[in-house]
Amino acid sequence: MSAPVDDAKKPHITVEDLTIAYGERVIMRDLTFTVNHGDVFIIMGASGSGKSTLLRNMIGLNEPTKGDVKYDGESFTHADEAGRQKLLQRFGVMYQGGALFSSMTLAENVGLPLGEYTTLSDAEIREVATLKLALVGLKGFEDFFPAEISGGMWKRAGIARAMALDPDILFFDEPSAGLDPISSRQLDDLILELRESLGTTIVVVTHELPSIFAIATNSVFLDIESKTIIARGSPQAMLEDPKTNPKVRRFLTRGEDDEQHEGSGAHG
Amino acid sequence: MAEAARKRGDIAVSRSGDGTLVVRLAGAWTLDTGVPPITDVEQAFAGSPKPTKVAFDLADLGPWDSGLMSFVIRVGELAAERKVPLDEATLPEGLRRLLALAARVPGQKDARHAKRPDSWLARVGVATLDAWDDAQAMLAFVGEVTLAFGRLARGQARFRARDFWLLVQQAGADALPIVTLISFLVGTIFAFVGAVQLERFGATIYVADLVGIAVVREMGAVMTAIVMAGRTGAAYAAQLGTMKVTQEIDALTTMGFSALDFLVLPRLLALCMMMPLLCLYSDALGILGGSLIGIGMLHLPPITYFNQTFNAVAISDLTGGVVKASVYGVLVAISGCLRGLQSGSSSSAVGDAATSAVVTGIVAIIVACGIFAVAFYILGI
Repeated sequence: MSAPVDDAKKPHITVEDLTIAYGERVIMRDLTFTVNHGDVFIIMGASGSGKSTLLRNMIGLNEPTKGDVKYDGESFTHADEAGRQKLLQRFGVMYQGGALFSSMTLAENVGLPLGEYTTLSDAEIREVATLKLALVGLKGFEDFFPAEISGGMWKRAGIARAMALDPDILFFDEPSAGLDPISSRQLDDLILELRESLGTTIVVVTHELPSIFAIATNSVFLDIESKTIIARGSPQAMLEDPKTNPKVRRFLTRGEDDEQHEGSGAHG
Repeated sequence: MAEAARKRGDIAVSRSGDGTLVVRLAGAWTLDTGVPPITDVEQAFAGSPKPTKVAFDLADLGPWDSGLMSFVIRVGELAAERKVPLDEATLPEGLRRLLALAARVPGQKDARHAKRPDSWLARVGVATLDAWDDAQAMLAFVGEVTLAFGRLARGQARFRARDFWLLVQQAGADALPIVTLISFLVGTIFAFVGAVQLERFGATIYVADLVGIAVVREMGAVMTAIVMAGRTGAAYAAQLGTMKVTQEIDALTTMGFSALDFLVLPRLLALCMMMPLLCLYSDALGILGGSLIGIGMLHLPPITYFNQTFNAVAISDLTGGVVKASVYGVLVAISGCLRGLQSGSSSSAVGDAATSAVVTGIVAIIVACGIFAVAFYILGI
């Protein structure tokens, strides 16, 4: 795990000239951006703009057509099997629905990567799993099966599992999706807390404005039409900068900023 | 009909002095009473001279819903085709707003899937290409499974022992009731059909040979395999398909686990281990079913019946059946896991995957059965 101070502002993840396509159909093109150590980096854009697809390419679930994703300068996209295995342990991913293994208890879910990548004994694994679950507010739920807990708890258990190996990077896919405002806020606080206390670099795919403004230190905005990044930087700065692309401004203000767009806000 | 009380809407088309086409609508214009055909309006449009505009007279209009709306939209389309203006001011306020809402976003032309009817030849071509792709995918999967077995042999494959033993239980002990039922009945049916024929020659004792050889050589393995394809193969496809939908397989991948090692290997091993045992059990139950007819209906002494069976069945028949069962087990597991991993990310896709797993499994079993028959014949077993 890296300390928050000395690594700050050093590139942690570099996405270079990434083009994503399914056969002939290009989803996103020419994506280049850098996530620094300790950033809370937001990948935002309208539904269908390819945010989740970009995430899948960054974590190796899909292969980009062109370009590279580097972790601390080491290529992930072009790494061989062993190199990839090593890089995989540097990051954890929280999936939209938690993606917990339904045949395992929460403690077993969190303990699975520990059993694989560490030499800890079963009792020690259980202890670490209990600690991780406590960090996300799930103390006492170690022996529950995923079917026995709520959707918000799935997500938090998903975070606990993503954190199992103390990764330096955490990816979150739509953390607020399907959560009530309070739980969503608590999740935001948790994300910030993880960054503050562990120095973890955090990448979040989301379109929830309250979350974006609450947690982001840096971001990119993906545009459906041009299929690439049309704005970058902190969302607050984007909003304040008059030169920001009107599409981004509309997004960040829920469309209220832009009255002349035909049909928008048709008053009855 | 009781609904007849609520009368269907009426339509009357007329022309006013200034050439306006007045469409007068009266009564209920709702979906449940039905909407009158638009032919009157079409005819009125066709008449000359061309109307200057279209207006509605809705003074006597009763209740209305989307039925009226779709009618008005069609009138609007007719008017637009002939470049006749539509006087929307004559429509009720709520309807006008709904129409504006429907027209706000222009229909995206490329959003609709192109659905041109393919020619017969094109469909055959597409089906052939699909079958070819499918065969390639299956071969690739078999190759990957083989590699995974190699990793297992070198002790590098990783799956949880607890998952494995649970799968063994599900594919073994839990399958006993259905295997019992099917095998026993198949044995009985064989004996019964054979008894009716052999009785004519006074050769009823050969029912024991018939049942023994048929069950031990072929039917025990095949019936067990088909039961397992429907039971366990479908379950594997549904499990893996659902894990794909819930991103559990993605999670495994980003945690550095191979889905093949973690999910497919234990399932394959479990079935491969349990199938021979189930097959032996099925053989025994089949012979027992046959003896029910032999002893109960044909009044053969039990000792004679079983002696006849054991004399008829060679040990090579038994081992042959068990080997076949093992191979069928691999086929069922591979089709189940392959279809599950190929599943799309929706609930209907998981259902399709389960269906496809059973079909693939049974086809594979029958093909393998044929190959075994030829091979055993050539080898003289």
